[in-house]
Amino acid sequence: MLPAALSAMTEQLMVVGNPSSLHRTGRAARRVVEESRERIARCLGARPSEVVFTSGGTESDNLAVKGTFRARRDVDPARVRLLVGATEHHAVLDSVEHLVAHEGAKVTWLEPTAEGFVEPATLRAAIAADPDSVALVSLMWANNEVGTVQDVRGLAEVAHEFGVPFHTDAVQAAGHVPVDFAASGADLMSVTAHKLGGPIGVGALVVRREARLVPLTHGGGQERQVRSGTLDTPAIVGFATALVEATETMESEAARLVALRDELIERAMGVAPDIRPTGAWERGDATRRLPGNAHLLVPGCDGDSLLYLLDAAGVSCSTGSACQAGVPQPSHVLLAMGIPESDARGALRLTLGHTSTHDDVDAVIAALPAAVERARRAREATAS
Amino acid sequence: MRVVAAMSGGVDSAVAAARMIDAGHDVVGVHLALSQSAATLRESARGCCTIEDAGDARRVADVLGIPFYVWDMAARFKQDVVDDFRAEYAAGRTPNPCLRCNEKIKFAALLDKALALGFDAVATGHYARVVEAPRGDGGVRRELHRAVDDAKDQSYVLGVLDAEQLARSFFPLGDTTKPDIRREAAERGFYVANKPDSHDICFIADGDTRGWLTRELGAAPGDIVDTDGEVLGQHEGAFAYTVGQRRGLALGRPAADGQPRYVVEVRPETNQVVVGTADLLGVNAITGDHARWCGPAPEGVVQVGAQVRAHGEEYAATAWAEGDRVEVRLESRVRGVAPGQSVVLYDGTRVVGSATIAAARLERAPVA
Repeated sequence: MLPAALSAMTEQLMVVGNPSSLHRTGRAARRVVEESRERIARCLGARPSEVVFTSGGTESDNLAVKGTFRARRDVDPARVRLLVGATEHHAVLDSVEHLVAHEGAKVTWLEPTAEGFVEPATLRAAIAADPDSVALVSLMWANNEVGTVQDVRGLAEVAHEFGVPFHTDAVQAAGHVPVDFAASGADLMSVTAHKLGGPIGVGALVVRREARLVPLTHGGGQERQVRSGTLDTPAIVGFATALVEATETMESEAARLVALRDELIERAMGVAPDIRPTGAWERGDATRRLPGNAHLLVPGCDGDSLLYLLDAAGVSCSTGSACQAGVPQPSHVLLAMGIPESDARGALRLTLGHTSTHDDVDAVIAALPAAVERARRAREATAS
Repeated sequence: MRVVAAMSGGVDSAVAAARMIDAGHDVVGVHLALSQSAATLRESARGCCTIEDAGDARRVADVLGIPFYVWDMAARFKQDVVDDFRAEYAAGRTPNPCLRCNEKIKFAALLDKALALGFDAVATGHYARVVEAPRGDGGVRRELHRAVDDAKDQSYVLGVLDAEQLARSFFPLGDTTKPDIRREAAERGFYVANKPDSHDICFIADGDTRGWLTRELGAAPGDIVDTDGEVLGQHEGAFAYTVGQRRGLALGRPAADGQPRYVVEVRPETNQVVVGTADLLGVNAITGDHARWCGPAPEGVVQVGAQVRAHGEEYAATAWAEGDRVEVRLESRVRGVAPGQSVVLYDGTRVVGSATIAAARLERAPVA
């Protein structure tokens, strides 16, 4: 967490007050919440009234997908089709699958290019196949695994040609690359605090005023009647403080991270001839790939072996995801991008952030050759 | 040493891991995902069958403060254990999948992966002891011995380990009884301290082996005959019968002599189950194949104790090895020796080795 966010949050934790109450302490808390809302809105190119606080990205995605689907279907029972990127986060994918399994939704998966982009032509063809059946388009701003940054504006334009609402999961993008809600044309946008230096457990769904949502939770209706629950003032002020700082330092921080990222990728590619970055990578570029994302494929290795070996060498990284029992799964993102399953199992996700330094890159590169060699032997040992 | 502690999620492997840490080793916990259902493991990230056990193991690793990983050995387990189990039953034998798993998975695939990653050994929660005995050349030999807790002793299912595997294996529970292990687990704050023991075959969750075999192999009705070939009844699949079995024969009429009848032979080639009286079950000569020696192979005829099933009795015998085959002559007649099970040979508490029972018979003439 960014120190400024931590101290703003700690200060607020020592103050009593429910922002929904009318008494003095309630009013004071309300003021903090609303000032935070305004700061967040300013950073994201939104109006304060468009910011609906939630518990984080997962809730925001659920509310956007389920809430829009239900509202659209209620008005027109024919609008049950969801157009969704195949590389979306599970918060979107599983919301969609729930609606398909239980509420009569239909889904058209939008297949990405090998670099992870959904092309506007792909979206246009999918809508045009049956425009009157579409309830919502959902495409993420930046991918959490491979860091591909979509052309949200171009995609939202296509949706609007057909009068279809557009949701984007900007959890990975906000605070890292320029995100302007109004200019993007999106109708709904998910963000979360802990991905930009704020606390875990708070986020927002940015909702254009015309957008209609059926709430997921019912109660006090604190947030524009679409989201109930007492607002967590300390978390919200931590969120706002972090986003303001991330926005102020974005340009310089992105330049610093891009340099580290490029060095890491280039030196990693020198470790073994078949190590390669996934997604869209071009030296110096942060418009098509997140600045701090260095996602590599190491063919012949299992990601969890690499993870163990690098962890033992003091390098924290992650692979894809695991099922609930913890069995490593080949990433649906990589598979959707056309990467063979055996290569996808050797995924290594190295994320650089505000604490990352040149020494960290040196540490990874120092540990990588032995780790790759051992991980390859480990896979050979267990090949069936 | 850098040690992988195989953690099933049960109380035994939890204490084994803790004891390895206490002994000063650098320990990493590993849970093996062995579910054969590729669909639940891979299709979506949902619904593995070992969620609870993996979660229990992870919780213990967290309490111990050690790294924890889940290794997916489902494909190897299916190939080396489940497919073998099915094929053995189809061939009229009664396999013990735990031995196969120890031989091919826990102390092979798991151990090999661990060694490749830079570990030195694997530790498990089996009840058995490794004793370091001095060797003639001044070095030490690691011997496999029975656990001190007779009721829990699992040296039988480890009888397939060779010297190389034993050199890389730790069984930290062999000197303790099960009740003491549970007490120790509670003292260490493991909430799995009272988790029930697992008894059944792990890949047959409901414990219904016959039902599982019928689903896997399909019903194959055939005759139940006596030793003269007279048809006494019908069965739904010879694979569901094991030599020595009495229950589930469903014979229409009692035997002429009024004696209970037992399965004395399973003949997969004619899909027949042969039944007879108890005295036909007594054997004293066993031929085993797939010999595995925990140390040097015995030379010549040796005096041993022979155990023919898990948690079974040990019988005085003589044995000799002929390459991959082992001949065992029991000093008394023993009932219910089923082909496919293993005969594990002991010298005192030391495990000499094992073989898979290929045939058992009664030899009238004394063995020279």
